[in-house]
Amino acid sequence: MRIALSVNGCVHELDVPAHTLLVDVLREHLGLTGTHVGCDTSQCGACTVHADGRAIKSCSLLAVQAQDMAITTIEGIGDAENLHPMQASFREHHGLQCGFCTPGMIMQAIDLVENNSELSNISIRAGLKGNLCRCTGYHNIVRAVQAVADQRKAQGAAE
Amino acid sequence: MYSFQYHAPTSLAEANTLFAQADDPIYIAGGMTLIPSMKQRLAQPSDVIDLAAVDELRGVTVNPDSVVVGALTTHNQVAEHQALGSVLPVLAKVAAGIGDNQVRNRGTLGGSLANSDPAADYPAAVVALGATFVTNQRRIHADEFFVDLFETALSPNEIILRVEFPVPQRAAYAKFANQASGYAVVGVLVADFGDSIRVGVTGAGPCAFRACGMEQLLQADFSAGALANSDVPNAGFNSDLHASADYRAHLVRVMGQRAVQKLLEVTL
Ligand SMILES: Cc1cc2nc3c(=O)[nH]c(=O)nc-3n(C[C@H](O)[C@H](O)[C@H](O)COP(=O)(O)OP(=O)(O)OC[C@H]3O[C@@H](n4cnc5c(N)ncnc54)[C@H](O)[C@@H]3O)c2cc1C
Ligand code: FES
Ligand code: FES
Repeated sequence: MRIALSVNGCVHELDVPAHTLLVDVLREHLGLTGTHVGCDTSQCGACTVHADGRAIKSCSLLAVQAQDMAITTIEGIGDAENLHPMQASFREHHGLQCGFCTPGMIMQAIDLVENNSELSNISIRAGLKGNLCRCTGYHNIVRAVQAVADQRKAQGAAE
Repeated sequence: MYSFQYHAPTSLAEANTLFAQADDPIYIAGGMTLIPSMKQRLAQPSDVIDLAAVDELRGVTVNPDSVVVGALTTHNQVAEHQALGSVLPVLAKVAAGIGDNQVRNRGTLGGSLANSDPAADYPAAVVALGATFVTNQRRIHADEFFVDLFETALSPNEIILRVEFPVPQRAAYAKFANQASGYAVVGVLVADFGDSIRVGVTGAGPCAFRACGMEQLLQADFSAGALANSDVPNAGFNSDLHASADYRAHLVRVMGQRAVQKLLEVTL
C-alpha cells in the first residue's frame, strides 16, 4: 500500500503492507529508533509518540491509520544541543537510568503538562499509568514532570 | 502481524458494501482492542474496514435532558468535553477512569460498547443511564444490548452511529480497578432519575447488567446502608485470577454502597 505520513514536520511517501504498525515504519523505514518497543502488547508505553499533539501508543496503530495525523516522535521535540524542557528536566532530576522507557515517558509527560493546568504527585503518577519503567522506581520521573509543570505554571502566572 | 486488506470508507453505505463483499471482515475504530487481539491472533479478519472517516459517527450534542455521543468519540474527548461534563459529569468521570491516557486518546465509545468486554467501564454507564444505541439499522435500548461475554445484540455488519444518554438528576460510579490494567474487577453505576433509580454493574458477570434487587432496595430507602446487607447472588459471576465469583459478589455490594455515598454528596 502506498501511504503518506507526516512525521516531525516532513511528509514521507512509503510503500508498506497494510498490516505494518506505525512504530515499525518509524523505526525500520524512517530510522527513527528513539521510539522503542517494550511489550508490543499496548501495556508499557515505550512506543509513545504524539498524533496531532496527543500521546498514543505507536505499537497499537497501523501506519495507514496515521495518514491524516501529524506524528511527532522524540526526535522531533529537541536535540542534544537544544533539549526540550521535559528532556532537560529528566536529565536534571535523574529521571532515567537505562533510558529504555524514557522517550515514551517524555512524550506522555509532555501530553500531561500540556493538557492539565494543575498537577500533583498523585495526578502525575496517575497520568503516567500507561508507561512502565523497570529501573528508576518512578520517584525521579515524577519530580522531573512536576518541575516542568511548576515552571509552566510560573510562566503562565508571569505572562 | 499477518496480512489483511485495509479499507477506509468515507460513508456508511460504502462501509456496508465493503463489509458485504469481503470474506471475513471486521470494522476498526480506535483499534485499542482490535489491534492487540489481531497480534495475538484472537481475531484474524481478511479485511479491516476503518470507520474513522465516516462522519455520521462523529460529534457530541449536549441538550439539557440528553447527551448524544458519536461512536467515534474517544474516551479523552468525552472526559474533556466541557458542556458534557457539566450536564452529565458521571459519563466524563467514567471515561477519565478508563485505562491510561494513551488508550483514552485512541479508544472510542462505540468500540468499547461493541466489544462488550466484561470488565469494560462504559457498559455500566449505558445500562444504568438507560441509554439508547442508534445504529445504521435500528435503535436498541441498553437493556437489550449486552447479551453475553463479548456478545451484543449487534448483527455482524451493524454499525453503532451514536449513543443517546438521558440525563439523570444525579449519578455516581464506583469501580474496583485492576491495578495493572485499570479495567473494572467490578464497577457499579447508580443513577437517580427522581421517579426511578437504575443500577448498572460491570465486571461481575459475563456482560454488564442491571441490579434490579439493588434498585428496589434503593427505591425503598435511598441510602448506602440500604445495600449493606443486600443479597447479591454470585451465580454466573466471573471467577478468574483477579477475583473469585464470591469476592465479585461482595464487591458489587461494596461498590454499590460507595456509588450511593458519592451520589448523595451531590445536593439537588
Ligand atoms: C492497556 C489498555 C488498558 C485498558 N483499560 C481499560 C479500562 O480500564 N476500562 C475499559 O473500559 N477499557 C479499557 N481498555 C479497552 C479500551 O477502552 C478499548 O480498547 C476501547 O474502548 C475499544 O475501542 P476502540 O475504538 O479502540 O475499538 P476497536 O479496537 O477499534 O474495536 C473493538 C471492536 O468493536 C468493533 N467496533 C468498533 N467501533 C464500532 C462501531 N461504531 N460499531 C460497531 N462495531 C464497532 C470492532 O469491529 C471491534 O470488534 C483498555 C485497553 C488497553 C489497550
Ligand atoms: S511497545 Fe507499545 S505499549 Fe509497549
Ligand atoms: S530507565 Fe530503564 S526502564 Fe526506565
